[in-house]
Amino acid sequence: MSAVVESPTKILDGKCPTGDIAMRWETRKRELKLVAPNNRRKFTVIVVGTGLAGGSAAASLGELGYNVLSFCVQDSPRRAHSIAAQGGINAAKNYQNDSDSHWRLFYDTVKGGDYRSRESNVYRLAQLSTSIIDQCVAQGVPFAREYGGTLANRSFGGAQVSRTFYCKGQTGQQLLLGAYQALMRQVTAGRVKMFARYEMLDLVMVDGVARGIVTRNLVTGKIESFAADAVVLCTGGYGNVYYLSTNAKNCNVTAAWRCHKRGALFANPCYTQIHPTCIPVSGDHQSKLTLMSESLRNDGRVWVPRNKDETRPPGQIPEADRKYYLEEKYPSYGNLAPRDVSSRAAKEQCDAGFGVGPGGQSVYLDFAAAIARDGESTIRAKYGNLFEMYERITDEDPYKVPMRIYPAVHYTMGGLWVDYNLQSNIPGLFVLGEANFSDHGANRLGASALMQGLADGYFVIPYTIADHFARNLAKKKDEKLSTDHPAFKEAVIESRNQTEKLLSINGKRSVEQFHRALGKIMWDKVGMARNAAGLQTAIEQIRQLRQEFWEDVRVMGSPDSLNQNLEHAGRVADFLEFGELLAWDALQRDESCGGHFREEHQTPDGECVRNDQDFCHVSAWEFQGAGQTPVLHKEPLEFIECPLTTRSYK
Amino acid sequence: MIAPAKSGLNLTLKVWRQSNREASGEFKTYELSNISTDMSFLEMLDVLNQQLISRGEEPVAFDHDCREGICGMCGVMINGQPHGPDRNVTTCQLHMRRFRDGDTIVIEPWRAEAFPVLRDLVVDRTSFDRIIQQGGFVSVNTGSAPEANSLPVPRVKQERAMDAAACIGCGACVAACKNASAMLFVSAKVSHLSHLPQGGGERASRVLGMIGQMDREGFGACTNTGECEAACPANISLWNIAVLNREYIRASLASNVQ
Repeated sequence: MSAVVESPTKILDGKCPTGDIAMRWETRKRELKLVAPNNRRKFTVIVVGTGLAGGSAAASLGELGYNVLSFCVQDSPRRAHSIAAQGGINAAKNYQNDSDSHWRLFYDTVKGGDYRSRESNVYRLAQLSTSIIDQCVAQGVPFAREYGGTLANRSFGGAQVSRTFYCKGQTGQQLLLGAYQALMRQVTAGRVKMFARYEMLDLVMVDGVARGIVTRNLVTGKIESFAADAVVLCTGGYGNVYYLSTNAKNCNVTAAWRCHKRGALFANPCYTQIHPTCIPVSGDHQSKLTLMSESLRNDGRVWVPRNKDETRPPGQIPEADRKYYLEEKYPSYGNLAPRDVSSRAAKEQCDAGFGVGPGGQSVYLDFAAAIARDGESTIRAKYGNLFEMYERITDEDPYKVPMRIYPAVHYTMGGLWVDYNLQSNIPGLFVLGEANFSDHGANRLGASALMQGLADGYFVIPYTIADHFARNLAKKKDEKLSTDHPAFKEAVIESRNQTEKLLSINGKRSVEQFHRALGKIMWDKVGMARNAAGLQTAIEQIRQLRQEFWEDVRVMGSPDSLNQNLEHAGRVADFLEFGELLAWDALQRDESCGGHFREEHQTPDGECVRNDQDFCHVSAWEFQGAGQTPVLHKEPLEFIECPLTTRSYK
Repeated sequence: MIAPAKSGLNLTLKVWRQSNREASGEFKTYELSNISTDMSFLEMLDVLNQQLISRGEEPVAFDHDCREGICGMCGVMINGQPHGPDRNVTTCQLHMRRFRDGDTIVIEPWRAEAFPVLRDLVVDRTSFDRIIQQGGFVSVNTGSAPEANSLPVPRVKQERAMDAAACIGCGACVAACKNASAMLFVSAKVSHLSHLPQGGGERASRVLGMIGQMDREGFGACTNTGECEAACPANISLWNIAVLNREYIRASLASNVQ
């Protein structure tokens, strides 16, 4: 794609219900067609990924009586990366009597997303949030409780109420185990067939409808295909395009990207979340970054020394010589300002020379005041496991010296485009959780990813998928599509060819080297701050790197064995195409909003300046070939309930 | 503040190499130099693999994913200890500052009949999933849950449930046990759910089903040695095995579940 050519544009419809926002989901449910219980067993659903979205979807669809084929790349569905979410899950229960409501959670989420999400989707998310908590408690998720036995809450960034439910610092783990156990129950019931250590390599379409997938068995290397009546993609985000991120090492864009290459629109890829509180990079060997939960900002105070040439250890720097920059700049939210705002503020301090630690690339997160106020044992009870993890990685004791933190890539708000029913523009292809683009706009609030994954899987897809079957496949329900169909055979051959090609190049540079090189381009030029010249350079560099990859990569081993080097090569090949689209989207979105910060568009004190006139829309891109300018589909966004305004946390 | 810079470590690695499930494996010896003490153990293996690739040799296969100690995917025997010498730590969270210059490190996969080796350091732990499938859940369909606060749970019980639920399913307990018993893993799930009112009606069938599957998978018997607890990265207490035994006896004697 050329960096100077304008994209051709089409208009896209999210197919949201209209009318009273609180009634829209009810309205849609009335419109959705049903499949009777005795007919459900005639439909097969492929669910790819077993995180919160995929696990909950597969379990719920199995309970309803569909035949479910569930796939994951890990050795067990319990290991999906949702498990690493630490802090909590939001729900508008208003248990704390602090004036929370569906509307307030909705409003906070739309505002937190910097007015770039769909109002209808976000309101539904807020409404479903309460049912999620009920469901998880019934599954035995051990949420924190008060002494009287009722559920406890804590606060998170971007909100002035306490609505976050949590299980110590392991909320994602416990929610995922709840979904996993429900999934295992359906395996026993015979409703779900589990395929662990399988990687999706392609989407198979028949007559323009998604009807199956191509997979590689990661143990035997066998490339085969599976047919179904719908494909539900729950394959997470693309943060690993930056190489260093808080994502698990196996997180990748391959499944989503291969669907994109088959025609699925990719929406807002430039919306990436840089989380403010991660453990800083310690050297060139660094393979991934570790998050310190946002919940720490409830008690930790973020600061840097007032003097650039400060040499005293942090404990000896008096209050007067410390700059609590979040508290000073955002007095009403203080240390709980949203993630994008907090991350940029940290970068601003470090760029201005106030950073601490090696290379000045970190800021302090200090618990001394909280320990003095509440006692070390209280702090230990709240955050003990996080403090231990910090000490293991850094060899520093955060009870005695402040933590050092720096922002890192954490979550991706962009993803495959879906309508209100979570169906992509390809009929029969549904996309859930982080893999879709729908609910978080340009910035996600803390404790909202778990909420979205489970809302999509437990409470949206069971309703909307039935409508697809009833409308499009009712007459075909007794015909079983076979993988002997030419579309399946062709797709399998294409995947085999790509595998063989990767193994045959036999160049000089490893997959890891290419991935690190791509990550460096992305972080330097498409990271926390972006500008037109840098983005154009990035696009050129990515194209160059992609060409070198296909000429000079060295992939070891054979196609028909457990071959992690080959797996990584396939994923990096896709990141090398996808990274260019991400940079392209960032270049075309000539405004700053949420996590997308264009240096050309900022206030004198470094806040985002949106351009609602030209960019109050979703940018969904249609693939035209690697390196070809993609076609832009614009979905206009309307803000009726939350009128467009400049986001302020001051 | 910042630890003083230390010079890198020179290490000798003896690594188990096995090309597939059926093949017989062997130890291969590799030398590494100038390994930073700030590296994690897996980052040290990354360095080894980069060297192997540059020499045209196949890299060592090992399972890993989150690299922050929670997914349970990683885990190897390091000098005979699951996850290495540190307490309450997964392999990915073990750091090279724990080793000394000149050390020889022996790296093997988990050894248990119920965890067959797939390649090098990668084993098949799907037996754990099959145990959970035999009752390690609460039977509640999506949509049929009561209001979350309608059933208060005393904080002490919730905390005990949480402590047991923290199990990451890595299999270190099995690898540590001389009998390759899965009792600590099974007890963690049984104990987690037995402390909560939810799913109380399934207490008996749960424990009998899970124990039965554990035996069918070929895990050994428990002799209360406690190696499992010492090796566990998630701090799962041996106390849970006492809970499991109580649940099992109660179910065997006092219920009519088959």
